[in-house]
Amino acid sequence: MKREPIYGIMAEFDSAQALVDAAHTTHQAGYKKIDAYSPFPIEGLAEEVGFHHDEVPLVVLIGGIIGGVSGYLMQYWMSAVDYPLNIGGKPYHSWPAFIIITFEMTILFAGISAVFGMLALNGLPMPYHPVFNVPRFSSASKDRFFLIVFSSDKKYDPAGTRKFLEALNPRSISEVPS
Amino acid sequence: MAEQYKSTIDADRAPVIEPGHTFGTITEKISAIVLTRPASNGWFIGFGIAFMLTMMMLFAIGYLFLKGIGIWGVTIPIGWGFAIVNFVWWIGIGHAGTLISAILLLLRQSWRNSINRFAEAMTLFAVACAGIFPLIHVGRPWLAYWLFPLPNSMGVWPQFRSPLMWDVFAVSTYATISALFWFTGLIPDLATLRDRTDNPALRIIYGILSMGWRGSARHWHRYETMYLLLAGLATPLVLSVHTVVSFDFAVGIVPGWHTTIFPPYFVAGAIYSGFAMVLMLAIPIRKIYGLEDFITERHLQNSAKVMLATGLIVGYGYMIEAFMGWYGGDRYDAFTLWNRLHGPYAVPYWMLLICNLFIPQVLWIRKLRTSPIALFFISGVILVGMWLERFVIVVLSLHRDFLTSSWGMYYPTRWDWMTYIGTIGMFLAAMFLFLRVLPAISIFEMRTLLPEAEVKE
Repeated sequence: MKREPIYGIMAEFDSAQALVDAAHTTHQAGYKKIDAYSPFPIEGLAEEVGFHHDEVPLVVLIGGIIGGVSGYLMQYWMSAVDYPLNIGGKPYHSWPAFIIITFEMTILFAGISAVFGMLALNGLPMPYHPVFNVPRFSSASKDRFFLIVFSSDKKYDPAGTRKFLEALNPRSISEVPS
Repeated sequence: MAEQYKSTIDADRAPVIEPGHTFGTITEKISAIVLTRPASNGWFIGFGIAFMLTMMMLFAIGYLFLKGIGIWGVTIPIGWGFAIVNFVWWIGIGHAGTLISAILLLLRQSWRNSINRFAEAMTLFAVACAGIFPLIHVGRPWLAYWLFPLPNSMGVWPQFRSPLMWDVFAVSTYATISALFWFTGLIPDLATLRDRTDNPALRIIYGILSMGWRGSARHWHRYETMYLLLAGLATPLVLSVHTVVSFDFAVGIVPGWHTTIFPPYFVAGAIYSGFAMVLMLAIPIRKIYGLEDFITERHLQNSAKVMLATGLIVGYGYMIEAFMGWYGGDRYDAFTLWNRLHGPYAVPYWMLLICNLFIPQVLWIRKLRTSPIALFFISGVILVGMWLERFVIVVLSLHRDFLTSSWGMYYPTRWDWMTYIGTIGMFLAAMFLFLRVLPAISIFEMRTLLPEAEVKE
């Protein structure tokens, strides 16, 4: 894949409100490949940058179903098929006794899928990323809010996009080298 | 109307976070404990003592492996002794951490944000301490992997109809989910530490641990979904864990164990002792590290109220146990009740009633609920009381069951005490280390408590 020398243009804002407004304006102006960075989750910000399909719940559902089904089948196979043992005259397939481990396995698999699914969908771990090249970006984990327009966006042009972002009244603007 | 109501409540209560803070001051204050504050002499002394106790535990366990569990006080008929008492006690303490981090998150109790991190750490260390006991109690710990359904040369599988197997799955799932919950909660804060530190080595370590978190809006969205789902999964899980622990007893037919009140009574007792431990940790931490702005009077009050409520549920459990012993008509149950009140272990039983039922009633007094010193001591009393409760459950039922010919007495040995006190040392040593290397309060969740974090569409 050919890489642009510039990854995007980044604008820095002082408040969560300013970032949400700026993201809204930028997206309305036709920029589709944008992202926003904040030190804490902001309600509604993901929608403003054009993110609508969160697949994490589906991953968790699938993980939970796999965990529950495999947990039950494991107990059934081990107790009734592979090595049936008569314990106190109880049936080999004593399903009420199997419910608890089935439940625990459902939770275990769903929980593991939630964490690893979130990381995988987010593309983490990723120790290097072009946005870290901007020195001011270290405040994104403290008290500053950033908006980026990627150079891969159709509407992107170095001078025009910069001018557009300047009109949003940011605290600073930086080019992000890739 | 609703807003008016809310504002009167808020005016009446201490704030969750003291006024005057910004995103920057919250970040600096919490990360400074890890990054810039030098370790004090007090820290070294405290950690040193805790570490020596850990070594004492390892010594006791080493000798146990050499000699076998005959060095403990366990005999027939009391085959469970300290190991199970301490296991149940530690697992119970862990429950408050999950309650704070998961259940209070789902209930939108934002005051949890400043205590959830170290409460989760407490859960993790408490479960680690708990996990030691069943493993060393099996007698041949090198065969403990038989507990798991692993293929083996004998071709046999674990016995899934046994509550002890349910326990293996419940506790190992609980440990795994608690660790994941704690670690994912740390990721954004580890990124903060990565960006704040001047030390290149630390930057690399925190950088690796934070996995390159950059706070993208898309990432936050998935992260919040994951966090909420994990909380939703951890909630039934934590209720199931102590329920399953109580099944270890309740599924058996021993008098005093075979009752249906056990699951709710165990879960309430777990949260009761867990909040007591949270307060015993939070009160010195907020004082020493100057975190009174974040862990306010409100947190202490709310924790005290939770203790009061769960303590009353536990008291109800004692009452029903006694009532059923008298009313149930089973002579063995009736004898168990008599034996608790007048038998050779009457002193621990009366002590547990005093510690768990009577002394904590002083929490009805508002002045004591807001006094850190009083709360610290009451919490200590509750922890002792809850330990005695488990002692009474395990030992009293076993030592005199159906046949007088199989009655006996249980006397813990010095090795029992060394192992038990040693796990307290291990727990504290882990807490001391945690305070120095990771942010003890969730930084990003504290930021969301500020009014500036609210946005209008």
